[in-house]
Amino acid sequence: MSDFKELKPVLDKYGKVPGSLITILQQTQDIYGYLSKEAIEHISLATGIKAAKIYGVATFYAQFRQSPIGKYLIMMCKGTACHVNGADFIEEAIMEHLGIRDGETTEDGIFTLNNVACLGCCSLAPVMMVKSKDGDETYGNLTKDNVKKILNEIKSRGQEVEAACGL
Amino acid sequence: MRIVVGQGSCGIATGAKKTASELERLIKEKDLNIQVGTTGCVGTCYLEPIVDIYDDDNNLTRYVKVQPEDVEKIMESHFSCELGKDSSHCITRADEEVIEKQKRVVLRNCGVIDPENIDEYINAGGYKAIEKVFKEMTPEDVIEVMKVSGLRGRGGAGFPTWFKWNAARQNNAKTRYTVCNADEGDPGAFMDRSVLEGDPHSLIEGMMISGFAMGANEGVIYCRAEYPLAIHRLEKAIEQAREKGYLGKNILGSGFDFDLRIKAGAGAFVCGEETALIASLEGERGMPRLKPPFPASKGFWQLPTNINNVETLANVPWIIANGGEAFGSMGTEKSKGTKVFALAGKIKKGGLVEVPMGMTLEEIIFDIGGGIKNDKKFKAVQMGGPSGGCIPAELKDTPVDYENIGRIGAIVGSGGMIVMDEDTCMVDMARYFLDFTRKESCGKCNYCRLGTKRMLEILERITEGKGRDGDIELLEELASKVKDGSMCGLGQTAPNPVLTTIKYFRNEYEDHIYNHTCTAKSCKALFEFFITDNCTGCTVCARNCPVNCISGERKQLHVIDQTLCTKCGKCEEVCRFDAVKRR
Repeated sequence: MSDFKELKPVLDKYGKVPGSLITILQQTQDIYGYLSKEAIEHISLATGIKAAKIYGVATFYAQFRQSPIGKYLIMMCKGTACHVNGADFIEEAIMEHLGIRDGETTEDGIFTLNNVACLGCCSLAPVMMVKSKDGDETYGNLTKDNVKKILNEIKSRGQEVEAACGL
Repeated sequence: MRIVVGQGSCGIATGAKKTASELERLIKEKDLNIQVGTTGCVGTCYLEPIVDIYDDDNNLTRYVKVQPEDVEKIMESHFSCELGKDSSHCITRADEEVIEKQKRVVLRNCGVIDPENIDEYINAGGYKAIEKVFKEMTPEDVIEVMKVSGLRGRGGAGFPTWFKWNAARQNNAKTRYTVCNADEGDPGAFMDRSVLEGDPHSLIEGMMISGFAMGANEGVIYCRAEYPLAIHRLEKAIEQAREKGYLGKNILGSGFDFDLRIKAGAGAFVCGEETALIASLEGERGMPRLKPPFPASKGFWQLPTNINNVETLANVPWIIANGGEAFGSMGTEKSKGTKVFALAGKIKKGGLVEVPMGMTLEEIIFDIGGGIKNDKKFKAVQMGGPSGGCIPAELKDTPVDYENIGRIGAIVGSGGMIVMDEDTCMVDMARYFLDFTRKESCGKCNYCRLGTKRMLEILERITEGKGRDGDIELLEELASKVKDGSMCGLGQTAPNPVLTTIKYFRNEYEDHIYNHTCTAKSCKALFEFFITDNCTGCTVCARNCPVNCISGERKQLHVIDQTLCTKCGKCEEVCRFDAVKRR
């Protein structure tokens, strides 16, 4: 990861296009899962944009992370409809079940919990989206119990896939 | 014969993809000559997943809440008895009326056409408006039609659309931009997502028309990163429009060049403000600047820029095709046309509804939305998100238009309506919104940055039962200072949820502060759980209590030890006899 060769096509395409910093950071995060200090310095060298400025942009927007995340990113919706329908209780259930808080990752590196503003599935509130390399899945009408079941299923599905690949 | 499965984000979240693949599997297995197609969200999210079966004469039978395991039975009954009306999954008359009572302009194609197939949009009358513009109209004509229509910005501020287009047109600069704000940041509103996912071409056509009217050859769609499906469908739609020659050079031989690109936002509510959005487009921190100069004269890269939101632009092709008068004949005198509202919260039939402006809150919430979940008491409706306000049940006969909603302290905003029942604490709602605006404040203005934090601290202490005499007055004072001392709309409107809840629910604030009670029994510090005589002594609560604070013999009344109880609510959740109550 240290030579950032995966980033080369992105920087070749956007490096010199004015106004592309956010796009570059988004694609960097897609590749590496987060924006490391080294990645920011690398982008700075390639684009000529000062690292301090890149860091300023990276910390301004909710989407960007400065630390690695787990295999599955739980985006817990904290929109108004979800709040009214008890999103706080769902978050509590997740925290209790996984032993992590907003922004933290489980020790086994499987789940990261992130609270987000609104996923736009308000009529299914409370809602969460689980992001992984296999795509995004949205789960609605959550209850304290079914959210635990869903997380267990995701975890065991991931282990099955790994086992299958191991063969 | 064809079968269409609604696959917006909400449909997919309820399992529509699995339903669709089960349908495909069955059709293949039985070797039937039926196509399975996709469509966006029809708006009745509470009925998802929805399966529409069209016969050869295009007659529709709609099945609702169809899970994969229901598919086989539905298919069998549908084909054995011709209409299939005996199925328990057939849509009811009452649910059909939810759609029939609406007037669908923006949502005209949502849930009807396949958003990933440009031909379906064209067959539904799509791209006819831009053809008409090229053949019959000058840019001035287009602006005049928009003026007659009376369309006002659907994103929040309600500024006349024609005026913005005209202002950008008046500028002499050679390059101009038209930008679509698809960064639907208002929590609780999802109409833009639905249009992007269900009818992306109507947005593209609307942007083309705005570009033609104001003389812009380039458009940018600034879309929320939280909407991956919307971005995917937009990308596909743009690609198809390019292939068909609707985007690119010399479109349809008109001599007009226009192209579009998508820029994914990175999650900042303040980017709903025009100048902040432009800063973000330029790759900067999304911080607003002073206006004037307005974006119409100095916007993206200092060039004239027009910014409209998705819903506004999706109206445009319909207005051009049907005439400004047709649009203007709907709605009220000053708020013309239709508006999409997102019904959510404690409502029975949550989803999107599009109705003429001026319909009352009661008609929208009760006649269309079916009233309050579990038949509880309607307490308030929150309109306009973090910039809006809470409207109490007494004002339910207020017509929903910019003027009337503004008069009572809320805003139409982007059209989110969060319905609340007797179990929702209004002080907690104010706290929730302040927590949101405090996090989203960009930090440029002191009053917004610090004022929202101080207000949040006061609201937190009130909900924690530590409210002090004078807190309400202090909140009011801070609210007016934050309003006056902030440069952009975020800070200027952030106190609204606090001010409206104080105005209409002052007694709840007073109860929290002086009586240490939460009327809605939702603030943890201000109520306790207790077990009533309904208890049969089944021991389920005691066994599930995570802190072991419930005691009692089998078949005896159980008791909660208040000194240990953490108020997690588990006992209330697991009790089958409704014996656990709050006081």
